[in-house]
Amino acid sequence: MTSFHDENGKMIPVTVIKAGSSFVSQVKTDDTDGYKAVQLAFGEKKEKNTSKPMKGHFEKAGISPKKKLVEFRGLKEDFSVGQELTLASFADGEKVTLVGTSKGKGFQGVVKRHGFSGVGMRTHGQHDRLRAPGSMGASSFPSRVFKGKKMAGRTGNDRIKLQTKIVKVLADQEVLLVKGCIPGAKGSYVIIRK
Amino acid sequence: MDFIKQIEQQLIPDKKIPDFKAGDNINVHYKIIEGSKERIQVFRGDVIQRKGSGLTQTFTVRKISNGVGVERVFPLFSPNIDLIEVNKHGKVRRAKIFYLRDLKGKAARIKEKKTAR
Repeated sequence: MTSFHDENGKMIPVTVIKAGSSFVSQVKTDDTDGYKAVQLAFGEKKEKNTSKPMKGHFEKAGISPKKKLVEFRGLKEDFSVGQELTLASFADGEKVTLVGTSKGKGFQGVVKRHGFSGVGMRTHGQHDRLRAPGSMGASSFPSRVFKGKKMAGRTGNDRIKLQTKIVKVLADQEVLLVKGCIPGAKGSYVIIRK
Repeated sequence: MDFIKQIEQQLIPDKKIPDFKAGDNINVHYKIIEGSKERIQVFRGDVIQRKGSGLTQTFTVRKISNGVGVERVFPLFSPNIDLIEVNKHGKVRRAKIFYLRDLKGKAARIKEKKTAR
């Protein structure tokens, strides 16, 4: 992350996203696949690292091998196979939806995972229970713990969707500056949608 | 070079910024926009720290205004900074001189650095 000064001199925190063109690698239709979707390919991949079936897939679309394939449904526009989608479709100051996978945090307790406040005090006879979840429910009725009770467990590595704004498009370097932080570790992939 | 740093280098405005560090006495000419009018306000004080690196670098200036200590943080590359003037280079032993906050009056003075000519 870094900062960007807008025309009023206001400092905006921005995330630098490397984003080149993506290509339409397949168009799924009702007749052939039973549903409508568009498959986009992004990121150059070496040919020797591409499996034979995938090579054929890219060849069919008339594009070089790509690292990432993502399918989109419910798009209004029509796309043709091999079509290039450039950064020119984004403008400065435009609102976008961004989807990414958050960093995995491993097995975490309820304080980190669900924002519980832990068991109140450190003193007054209290010990060992500072970050404990507390009571899980009532006793003889209902005699069970309700489904969906918030408990400790695997945290992070979730699909996160957020609304943000494109602060600046550096088209010549294929870079987008997006307001605020975004999910995922450095070098991970995100989907940016209008 | 780190990719983000590379992008940052390009975003840094091509502006002459004088060499100053903690302990120096500076004037910051800061643009203030009120509605449609724009005027320049001068903030004079001692630099007590420089923080961060690259485009996000900031510095803190402290002055005593009507007997009350006032500190202001400026982003170094803010477009609202019209001019930075260095009045005095101070002689201090550390990069962040927060101990100045606890000192008052005569004790809060900073010795001037004598540079060889």
